[in-house]
Amino acid sequence: MTDTGRVGESTGKPAGKSKIDYSKGPAPLNINLQWCKACNICIALCPTQVFEPNRDGKPVIARANDCIQCAICWQHCPDFAITSNYK
Amino acid sequence: MATAEKQKSDVILQYLRPRKKFPSVWCAGCGNGVVMSALIRAIDRLGLSRDEVAMVSGIGCTSRMPVYMDFNSLHTAHGRALAFATGVKFARPNMKVIVVTGDGDALAIGGNHFIHACRRNIDITAILINNNIYGMTGGQGSPTTPPNAFSTTTPYGNAEKPFDPCSLAKAAGATYVARATVFHAPQLEKMIMEAIDHHGFSLVEAVSNCHTYFGRLNRQGDAVAMLKSFKDNAVMLAKAKTMTEEELKGKIVVGTLYNETKTEFCDEYQKLIDAQMGGKK
Amino acid sequence: MANKKRKLMQGNLACVHGAIYAGLRFYAGYPITPSTEVAEGCARELPKIGGKFIQMEDEIASIAAVIGASVSGAKAMTATSGPGYSLMSELIGYAYITETPSVIVNVQRGGPSTGLPTKVSQSDTMQARWGTHGDYTAIAVAPSSVADTFAETVRAFNLAERFRTPVTILMDEVIGHMREMIAMPEPGELPVFDRVKPRVSPDKFVPFELTPNFVSPMPAYGEGYRYNVTGLTHDVMGFSTNRADEIFVKLDKLKNKIENYKNEIAKLRVEMMDDAEIAFVSYGTVARTALQAASIARKAGAKIGAIQLCTIWPFPDEQIVQLCARCRKVIVAELNMGQIVNEVRRVLPRDIQIHALQRYDGEILTPMQLLEKLEEVL
Repeated sequence: MTDTGRVGESTGKPAGKSKIDYSKGPAPLNINLQWCKACNICIALCPTQVFEPNRDGKPVIARANDCIQCAICWQHCPDFAITSNYK
Repeated sequence: MATAEKQKSDVILQYLRPRKKFPSVWCAGCGNGVVMSALIRAIDRLGLSRDEVAMVSGIGCTSRMPVYMDFNSLHTAHGRALAFATGVKFARPNMKVIVVTGDGDALAIGGNHFIHACRRNIDITAILINNNIYGMTGGQGSPTTPPNAFSTTTPYGNAEKPFDPCSLAKAAGATYVARATVFHAPQLEKMIMEAIDHHGFSLVEAVSNCHTYFGRLNRQGDAVAMLKSFKDNAVMLAKAKTMTEEELKGKIVVGTLYNETKTEFCDEYQKLIDAQMGGKK
Repeated sequence: MANKKRKLMQGNLACVHGAIYAGLRFYAGYPITPSTEVAEGCARELPKIGGKFIQMEDEIASIAAVIGASVSGAKAMTATSGPGYSLMSELIGYAYITETPSVIVNVQRGGPSTGLPTKVSQSDTMQARWGTHGDYTAIAVAPSSVADTFAETVRAFNLAERFRTPVTILMDEVIGHMREMIAMPEPGELPVFDRVKPRVSPDKFVPFELTPNFVSPMPAYGEGYRYNVTGLTHDVMGFSTNRADEIFVKLDKLKNKIENYKNEIAKLRVEMMDDAEIAFVSYGTVARTALQAASIARKAGAKIGAIQLCTIWPFPDEQIVQLCARCRKVIVAELNMGQIVNEVRRVLPRDIQIHALQRYDGEILTPMQLLEKLEEVL
């Protein structure tokens, strides 16, 4: 049975694709919205679609529990605006 | 001196120039930032000290990179980065000298310095960010603009043929030559590490996206679209060796294309000094 | 005192030895007549003392390597002639704006373009002041003998280090290729100046700070000071700027750091001027001719003196005005179509007659020609 992956709901184990239970700690990623230029690369490249664009086109974490800490987003961010809280 | 330590994802932030304002001047989605990220990670993984690194560039979007990083930064004149870098390296052979340059900077006005730096096999690492256009000045053709492509100075299509920077470097005497694209960020980081570690002239060509000019003028889409096309058109070296020239048209061959050890210029000159000084200090 | 080493030496080689005496340890250059012996001399001498010589692929690469080496901390020099100096112009401007000490020797030949590779001229005098685009203040010196070349080369390095600027040594084909006896100065005999290093800790270091004498301390690479050097007009941190106030400060600094010390940079040789009513003003090769002509004319009773400009730029306004104060006429003799004569005209009052004696056919002015001119104006 799959959980809907809502953040904050503690089920004792992580839902979604992540091996980490993000509800027990900080969000998977830290986004610097001052430095982000809304280029869309992280949103588009994320293999598990963790992000959604906000009104400014900048990423917000919509599906935290799908974050597998693959590093694609922070390695491809041209403005060093994403870092991981776990790696 | 490569360390196998796990890097933290915020390692970049530790290497940014203090008192410099961020974000950078580069367009949103510009591959330059991806290369800078890979470069800093590579330097960190190699365990180099900041004082031993000289970061030299010419003029162009790519050449704005050194000012953003906390190394000995030398932002020189158009095309001349490798000549300045030769002066730095030859005067201070113990330093790691890294040149960040672009396709126009290195291969047009800088062409002569490019082939001679390769020829000398001087221990400098050149990271050539190839976006097939002159971005900073508004989208003119460059020596790597593909045939028939549009630019502001090739408004009816490019009638010229492009250089292949990697072939040129190898033919001129470079002893480490590698290519990746900004889509292949982890490979880029690894190649940059190898290139810096390599004792001799190293070239890493980073194929990059100028969606603002090249992409727009040639209907290649935005940054994401161009990265996706790098992914689709990239062919790993091993696979490329099994393909015909016809099959490779329009493809980007990614990998370490050449890696040999040959005598390096500063070492050879030091031998002359030692001989002339006859062992006395 | 022990006999100083006296040697028969070529002017170009005296430049090499003067440079080494001043601390040269890096030479990058490209062969060009009549300067090539400077490069060849450095190629032979530098490895003997652990110095570095490299023949670069062209003159632009040469000056680039010189500046790169100097930024990294070494004393560096290149030598060329007119065509090469033209090629180097852009990067000489880079050395100006980045305030990088460097020495560029121009062994002048006939121009323009390929011109007269083996014949003399002094036609690059103005180029040494205005060769590159933009606003800046230049220093240039001109020796007139082989021994003078040694001493002026040392002085050029000292000026470059003290003022953090490129310095041009205006030699010419005659001085470069002539051979004369020279007594090589002993170590310590001539002063040698090194660039001032920063004393604050790296985190407090302001790379292009405005100091009372307008010269910012300059660290070498690897000493812990990592900063940004750029050819873009920049602020005191070395970051490019578009702000009018910061731009003004930077450019004004380039002017003041040299203009305010013009009188210390000025150097002239003055003979027989105490009661002179007529003066020869000249520099380089012509200075010797002028001295000879003045001596002959004196014997014939003419009240004539000779002023040699050793420092060409900044032009020694005050000194020329003072020296010529009691003159009625001044003859400016040059191997060009008239370059320094315009400076003399600019500074001297209207009531002094200024005459120009110019030769631009690849040959030197002779004492007879100067005497003929003297007769003409008397």
